[in-house]
Amino acid sequence: MSGNKQEEDPRINGIKTKIRVVPDFPKKGIMFQDITTVLLDPKAFKDTIDLFVERYRDKNISVVAGIEARGFLFGPPIALAIGAKFVPLRKPKKLPGETIFEEYELEYGNDRLEMHVGAVEAGDRALVVDDLIATGGTLCAAINLLERVGAEVVECACVIELPELKGRQRLKGKPLCMLVEYR
Amino acid sequence: MFAVENGLQGDPRLQAISDAIRVIPHFPKTGIMFQDITTLLLDPVAFKHVIDIFVDRYKHMNISLVAGVEARGFIFGPPIALAIGAKFVPLRKPGKLPGRVISEEYELEYGNDRLEMSMEAVKTHERALVIDDLVATGGTLSASINLLERAGAEVVECACVVGLPKFKGECRLKGKPLYVLVEPSQLD
Repeated sequence: MSGNKQEEDPRINGIKTKIRVVPDFPKKGIMFQDITTVLLDPKAFKDTIDLFVERYRDKNISVVAGIEARGFLFGPPIALAIGAKFVPLRKPKKLPGETIFEEYELEYGNDRLEMHVGAVEAGDRALVVDDLIATGGTLCAAINLLERVGAEVVECACVIELPELKGRQRLKGKPLCMLVEYR
Repeated sequence: MFAVENGLQGDPRLQAISDAIRVIPHFPKTGIMFQDITTLLLDPVAFKHVIDIFVDRYKHMNISLVAGVEARGFIFGPPIALAIGAKFVPLRKPGKLPGRVISEEYELEYGNDRLEMSMEAVKTHERALVIDDLVATGGTLSASINLLERAGAEVVECACVVGLPKFKGECRLKGKPLYVLVEPSQLD
């Protein structure tokens, strides 16, 4: 896992072979990393969750924050297994209660990530989960939201990293754990 | 059919689940008492009860596919799929899924929306479960059933955490049974 290549867990290659790369989606030039094919293989999906759970179960994580929408596929199973609460970080206007938001940059323009007020408390130890890290903009917004309410972000966890986009450097010094690199 | 009508009468887990759901009045518009399940997700014990009850029901029904409706179906579907050894298939808003998809239109109060599913997700004759957080009109679930059936799956049941009282008894959606844990919570 992560940057440690000495002994790769044998389950990781099984997961990597299940990821489908779709060229020119959503637009020309993008090699889209499709994780839905991992979800179609119960063993690969279970291995993905198990790898993260094994890493985090003894780290006293009290909240798993998942980024809409593909972070919702991986975050809740991890949260359930380690006994943490799950907090969805959502696009604007989806969360019904009082929210705080953090803006982040897209290629053209900005977007916002929202979190419910009161979901995360000062002193919570948080894990942020998404399917993939590219530029790191969304994860950085997630870290900001959690820190603004006084949580400590312990780590970010992603199935896939696109290392050439250097997202790892945009995580405000927080470590990243990923399973599969795509170059 | 509600859980209380099918063997879980008096099960304290159902009260815990109900108590953990927050009601937000007049969201997204006046008159709607929105059932906010995010507070349920903040209670690991209650969240686990939801999954356990569904897993107990479905683990021996030979379900090979759990389909979850974007986005809150993504929260409940995968834990169930993982526990029963089924695959998980996301049913998504238009344009989100890569590759070849099939799509189904359904009615909203004003206008229509579309749900998409990957064409590679389903093998013929697979036994499928559809999951969403809440059922109101049944429009989204009906569209989901259509997608799965068009791809050759057999939809065994639809399951939701919350459902309007009209879904009591032998209520079916497009001929498929519906299983619901709790009725909508009320404001205190």
